[in-house]
Formats: sequence, C-alpha cells, structure tokens
Amino acid sequence: MKEEIPTKIHVEGLNFWFGSFQCLKNINLKVPQNRITAIMGPSGCGKSTFLRCLNRMNDFFPGARLTGRILLDGVDIYSEKVDPYELRKRIGMVFQKPNPLPKSIFENVAFGLKIHGIKDNIEARVEKALKDAALWDEVKDKLHKSAFELSGGQQQRLCIARCLALEPEVLLLDEPASALDPISTAKLEELLTELKEHLTIVIVTHNLQQAARVSDFTAFMYLGEIIEFGPTGEVFTKPKDLRTEKYLTGKFG
Amino acid sequence: MEKKTRLKRERLKEGLWFSSFKAIACGVVVFLFLFLLILVVKGAGSISWEFLTQVPKEGMTRGGILPAIIGTLWLGIGSVILAFPMGVALGIYLSYYASENLFTRILRLSINNLAGTPSIVFGLFGLAVFVKALGFGVSILSGILTLGLMVLPIIVRSTEEALRAVPKEFIEASFGLGATKFQTIWHVALPTAFGWILTGVILSLSRAAGETAPILFTAASFYMTRIPSSPFSETMALPFHIYALMTEGTNPEIHTKMAFGATLVLLFMVMCLSVLAIIERQRLRKWKKW
Repeated sequence: MKEEIPTKIHVEGLNFWFGSFQCLKNINLKVPQNRITAIMGPSGCGKSTFLRCLNRMNDFFPGARLTGRILLDGVDIYSEKVDPYELRKRIGMVFQKPNPLPKSIFENVAFGLKIHGIKDNIEARVEKALKDAALWDEVKDKLHKSAFELSGGQQQRLCIARCLALEPEVLLLDEPASALDPISTAKLEELLTELKEHLTIVIVTHNLQQAARVSDFTAFMYLGEIIEFGPTGEVFTKPKDLRTEKYLTGKFG
Repeated sequence: MEKKTRLKRERLKEGLWFSSFKAIACGVVVFLFLFLLILVVKGAGSISWEFLTQVPKEGMTRGGILPAIIGTLWLGIGSVILAFPMGVALGIYLSYYASENLFTRILRLSINNLAGTPSIVFGLFGLAVFVKALGFGVSILSGILTLGLMVLPIIVRSTEEALRAVPKEFIEASFGLGATKFQTIWHVALPTAFGWILTGVILSLSRAAGETAPILFTAASFYMTRIPSSPFSETMALPFHIYALMTEGTNPEIHTKMAFGATLVLLFMVMCLSVLAIIERQRLRKWKKW
C-alpha cells in the first residue's frame, strides 16, 4: 500500500546546525503526496526547525548550516537552480501564532499575489482562496476591515487562505492550533482533511490526539532525530521503538 | 510578630519612595507651567497681526518678524526634506542589510557621535565646507545642509527603532509567502513603522527649526527688510533673531519685548509640530492593534 503513494518531499541525510549546536541529525523521510504527515515530539526536539528547512525559512538565520538533501519532486531545493522565493510560493507555511499582516482581510490574501507579480483576476483568486479555507461566508461582508478584527481561529484560516491563493503544492503547518480554542481547532482539522485532496500537508504538533485525528502518517522526533515513521495507526498502536511508546504513554514529553 | 513589623517597615519604605517620585513628577509639571506662563506674560504684549505679517522696520523697533518666520520654515522643512530620504535609507540599511562587521560598527559609532556632537560644531563645519569650500556663501542652502546633517542621526535612529519594533511575525509572514527582503521592507515593514518614523521626522523638524548655533555662520542674517526669495540668499530665522535682539539690540526696552514675542511664536510653531506627532501616534495606535 505504502508503495503506491508517490513521494512529494524526500529528505535524505539531513543535518542542521545553529552555530555549533546540531539541531537535526541524519534525518531521512519520505513525505507522501496528498496525505497529511504529522511530526510529533517533545518541545525542543527540532520539529519546527525541521519544518522550516522544508521551505528554506532557516536561510534567514545567520549561523544556520545544513548538509544533506531535500528533494521536492526529485529536485534538491537547496541547489542553485532553485529560487527560494519561488520555492516558498510552492511550499506555503502557516505559523504557530496566527500572524495576519496589518492590512485588510482582502489585502492579506492578495499580498502573496501582489509580490509574485500576479495581476489578473485578483478578486476571483482571493474569493476562491477564502472559500477553500472555509472562511468566505464569515468574512465576505467585511473584506476591507482590518484582519485583526477576526477571532484567533479565523485569523489562522486567513493565514491558510493567504497561502492557498498562491496555489501551493505543499502546506507546512507549525503547531497551527496551539493558540486556538477546541472549536476553532476542530474546524481547522476538518479543513486540513479537505485540503489534502489538492495538496500535501506536513503538520508539526505536540498534541498527540491531534496527530492521531488528522494525520495519515506520523513521524516521532526526539532530540533532533526521527525515531519512528509510519502510518499513523501503526505508530500509535504498535510503536516499534521504546522511546515512541514511552512518549505516547506520557512517560516523557 | 517580627514578620509583621518587617512588613510594616517595607510598606513605609514603599510609601516614602512613591511619594518622592510623585513629588518630582508634580515639580516637573509645575515648572513647565511656570515656564509657559512667564513666556506668555512677557511675550503676549508684542504679538499682533502686524508683528506676524510685517517685515521689521526702523532698526527693528517697529514692524514684525515675518522674514524670520518664513526663514525658519525654509530651514526647518528644507533640512528635513534633505535628511529624510538619507536617514530612512540608512535606518533600513542598518536594521535589515548591515551584517555585524567592522564597517557597520564604525557606521553606528559615527551616527551616535554625530547625534552627540554640539550644534556649534555643526555650525563651524557648515561655515568651512558649505559656505567657504563649496562657495554657497551665507545662504539658506548652506543652512539647510548644515541643519540636515545635524538632524540626520535623529532620523536614522528613529527609523531604526521603528523598524526594530515591527513585530517579527509580520516579517515571517511576508517571507513565508515568498517575498524578497526588499518587498518585505517596502510592503510590510515600512508601512507598519511609518507612523513612528514620521514622529521622529516631526521631532527633528522642530529641532531644526529651533537651533541657533548651526545657522549662526551659515545662513542667518541679523536684519532683513525683505522676505528671502531664493535658497542662495541669507535669511532671518526665529532662534537667531531672538539671540540677536537680546545681545545686539540697541533699544533694550523694545527689543526685549520683541524677543519674547518672537520666542512665543517659535515655541508655538514647535509645539504645533509636537502636537501633530502626538495626534499621528494616537491615530496609528487606534488603527493598528496587534
């Protein structure tokens, strides 16, 4: 079964350092296309750092160093042929804390289009993105109001809409529900399940139930290494590694 | 039991500190009030329509200070227009582009030193370079260049601080969508920081309008019966006019009165600018709640 799903992102022997501290150690992972892959693990294990390697957000930190390869559809995203700005259009990112820009709801969604020089059908594209993010009905009458007037959950869906407007292939989410209430979280998870029809999703979470609920595959990270990776059902019910089992049963984390 | 007395002592101590801070705060307010009161009492008598709209006449014993008002506007606005683009560009460079190396350190040190340089030094520099070496003579242009240099560090610093205060989340959001550094600065950081930058600009405008020493040798003229018409002419300016009236006035009784009148006008102009800065900041605070 696993063989049938094409690989979207192939991580090979990834090591990552901040200065002299090695955050990621020899990571190998095949992220399957049109599936939700959850990365779970205790705080500080390198989950977010790993996620940020996937769309080169770590480029902005001085002192960041990386070896190994990350292949998107077979092309190394760190090779010189790849434009990191174009890459981030193909691989969208949603952050832990909802971070709308200090602009109107409409402008937030149109922002990505503007910076990538897309000028046609802006309104239709914005509308479609907001519909895809299940936010349209709630905001269609106040598109030109400040994005800060939305609730936390709405803001987070706005951030997703902002990525969707660029028609990305991959969506990376860094603990997207950690600042949200349970109802908003449920909405968000439902949305992700719908979105995987069209794109590949990688979600970092330290919420085990969330990983179990939404993901098809789960990776368990500990101290910068991927300890275990497999279909979510298997990882949760028959973990192969003792550390995974201990984490799942709340012995550490 | 012992605990209780200690608590009491701590409370007493806190009360004493608090009261003394409050007393100091009240003192400052009272001082400011007295300051304004005295200026108004001494200066209000000379303020009249004629005083504000006429050129000085009869050895400055009659007429008004219009050339000085116009001159101050020329110098203040001109120097800020000159320093604004340079200062903002430097502020952007320092907060987003400069890597921590020797050059950046020297640059920062230079800006800090410029900010702390006494204004008379700028005046002498302006005399040597703009008036003499470049041959602009004693003119509005030389004054604008000198004052522009003086307020440059203020604008650089306020730009840098304003950009630094832009929430990191906004920057990440923009980068995350694939924006380049320049796009992020232009479309996200600058609009967010603009109000604060503007506050710095307004403050530097009032600084430029109020300084005497930098224009002493570069732009100011003691007595003019006409309004300066070109950037190459000398000009009267309020702060210098006040200084001149008080030190060189030949008719102390009238001239002292006129000096206080001019002081009041200058103070009013500078205060208007400060109020503008406050209003602008309030407006932005209301609109952007993050």
